[in-house]
Amino acid sequence: MATVSTGLPLGGVAVQKEESAADQVSQWTLMRWRFMQNRLSVGALVVLILMYLTAAVAPFLSPNDYNELDTDHAFAAPTRIKLVHGWPSVCPLTQTLDPDHFKWVYEADCERAVPIRLFVHGAKHRLLGLIPTDVHLFGVVDVPPPAEAAPSASKTAAKDSVASLLAGLGGQNVAGAASAQAETKAEKPPRLFFFGADQQGRDLFSRVLEGSRVSLTIGIVGVIFSLIIGSLLGAFSGYMGGVVDNAIQRTIEIIRAVPTLPLWAAFAAALPRTTTVTQRYLLITIVLSLVGWTGLARELRGKVLAYRALDYIAAARLAGSSHLRIVLSHMLPNAASHIIVIATLAVPYSILGETSLSFLGLGMLPPAVSWGVLLRDTQQIQSVLIHPWMLLPAVPVILAVACFFLLGDGLRDAIDPYS
Amino acid sequence: MLNFLIRRVSFMVISMIAISILSFVLIELPPGSAIEVKLQQLRQQGGDMTAEQVRGLEERYGIHDPIQVKYWKWISRAVKGDFGQSFQLDRPVKSLIWARLGFSVLLSSFALVFSWGLSIPLGVYSATHRYTLPDYVIQVLQFVGVAIPQFLLALLLLVLASRAFNQEVGTLFSQQFKNAPWSLPRLLDFLRHVWIPVVVLAVGGTAGLTRIMRANLLDVLGQQYVQTARSKGVAEHIVIWKHAVRNALHPLIMALGTTLPLLISGEVIISIVLNLPTTGPMYLQALLNKDMYLAVAFLLMLSLMLLIGNLLADILLAWVDPRVRLE
Repeated sequence: MATVSTGLPLGGVAVQKEESAADQVSQWTLMRWRFMQNRLSVGALVVLILMYLTAAVAPFLSPNDYNELDTDHAFAAPTRIKLVHGWPSVCPLTQTLDPDHFKWVYEADCERAVPIRLFVHGAKHRLLGLIPTDVHLFGVVDVPPPAEAAPSASKTAAKDSVASLLAGLGGQNVAGAASAQAETKAEKPPRLFFFGADQQGRDLFSRVLEGSRVSLTIGIVGVIFSLIIGSLLGAFSGYMGGVVDNAIQRTIEIIRAVPTLPLWAAFAAALPRTTTVTQRYLLITIVLSLVGWTGLARELRGKVLAYRALDYIAAARLAGSSHLRIVLSHMLPNAASHIIVIATLAVPYSILGETSLSFLGLGMLPPAVSWGVLLRDTQQIQSVLIHPWMLLPAVPVILAVACFFLLGDGLRDAIDPYS
Repeated sequence: MLNFLIRRVSFMVISMIAISILSFVLIELPPGSAIEVKLQQLRQQGGDMTAEQVRGLEERYGIHDPIQVKYWKWISRAVKGDFGQSFQLDRPVKSLIWARLGFSVLLSSFALVFSWGLSIPLGVYSATHRYTLPDYVIQVLQFVGVAIPQFLLALLLLVLASRAFNQEVGTLFSQQFKNAPWSLPRLLDFLRHVWIPVVVLAVGGTAGLTRIMRANLLDVLGQQYVQTARSKGVAEHIVIWKHAVRNALHPLIMALGTTLPLLISGEVIISIVLNLPTTGPMYLQALLNKDMYLAVAFLLMLSLMLLIGNLLADILLAWVDPRVRLE
């Protein structure tokens, strides 16, 4: 852009310094330099790398098994960490039913606080999917339950009466019975719930970690599918022109004329509901990419149209290259940096798509765990008002999506180092 | 201009035909028919249909016909406004969709106006105060605005509204006005409820539009005619608002093409969260229940909404920018 030299302070100094170096280093090095200048994007990249590493070793970082039910800690609030002798510790909780509000109340007994230990043994898992182990980075070492624990039979009875109470059958006598039975409740070894527990007493923190494996990868896999379809169709559309171009462009326009989420929902509703988790995962990525490829194809077409008139393409043609070869080995590599940027900016939409669909009950389905599946529990607004920590799975969604946008933004600025 | 209009409208008609085929096929894909589902339900409740009734329905909807015949039976009635029957709700589709579509259009339009009204001043401020603290704050808020899923924002506002303002949520009207005819108190009641969905809907769009506004204004401010105006001694606020902003507005109109689908998608999902009487909840239920005539009618109408919106945007752009007309 020649219009930059209008005397406005547009950071012209920095640009000139780069131009002087431009003839000495490769284009990719220049892009890297330019990218590194953007602190916000570099920070976003670091956060994303950390998030993916976390997802890779999720079971190792989880203090609890993500599927372990524990009705004695249903809707337990995030555990308060207490310092005992200077060491972070967890207090055991006693569950009682508040007969006035029909909700569980927990009482911490910090006399018997248990320290959080590093490298404790817990549920078995495979580190990085390879090494079988039962070591977790941190956790609580169990203490033996006290001797005066109530026999389990009466405990189940208490559970039953509570269940009927919660089901709305409560009469006047039931409340009295529940408070009487609360006394006999057994004391359990303390549990560590960073993010609190859900309705079934499953550890939300471990579930968020486990969910990140689906939610973070589904974005990337979905975009890879869209990339394959989008870059091929986009490149050929721009390169061939004429009827092919027209047909592909009209198709894109029609797909884009349907609002995205309703279209995704219609696709997802058409999927069979009796699939395994892995099959469902693949089907959802395909659904996401069936709509997602259009954006990629459109932008790539623009790039290829610009390249088509360039001399090196004519030279390749004269040298006897086939159309396929020109597109695959001349045009696509040349557009590689643009493809990377477009793809990076497409990932957050995939993540949001999966989360939204799962939230609606059309995406991943339980027993699969993803951020959207976890957020589905927040649909009952009354429950969220009482247990606000149920909203915590939203934090990683926002973080991941914002970081991808920031990263893509930085990459886009860095992509044209000569400007 | 007339030529331009004819071209755009004819493309719209072709798109609608293609979309109707696409959505029909999509909703036909899963096995089993709506009539079977309905019949099963009836039998579970102890009722039944006579064989003639079933045959009549099957004939009307072409259950045993090949898909193209089935499509034809449906579309030839649909263009006359008869979208068939919702088997789950036992009412004709056309009696169900219009009121809900009306609210959807209303909500989306409110949100669009709201996000434009917010993003233009924000973008201008951000561009004219580049690299200052407010600019950074606006930019960070933009990223959060784009990154936060709309259903989540709806949930958060819902929690906030019921906690802080003690407002009943999840409806567009208070109980006493729900079925009342339109009147001034009802309108005021509506406005008191409608702000949550409008704010939620507008946030995503505002974030994107502010970005576009900022980038374009920066481009325009770098051009020579702006410098000329400044050197003539024109006051700075006139330079910005009269000379620069006017020329930076075109891309905002062009961006309608991407803003509208966002608005419509957003409207669908947040009305499911907030349980509003708009298209969202009923569309989702229709999809889940395989109530296909209802679902396909919604998908079609939502697409039509988008196409009309895009057409209006194109006309607006052609009106503002003569170069587009002559293209």
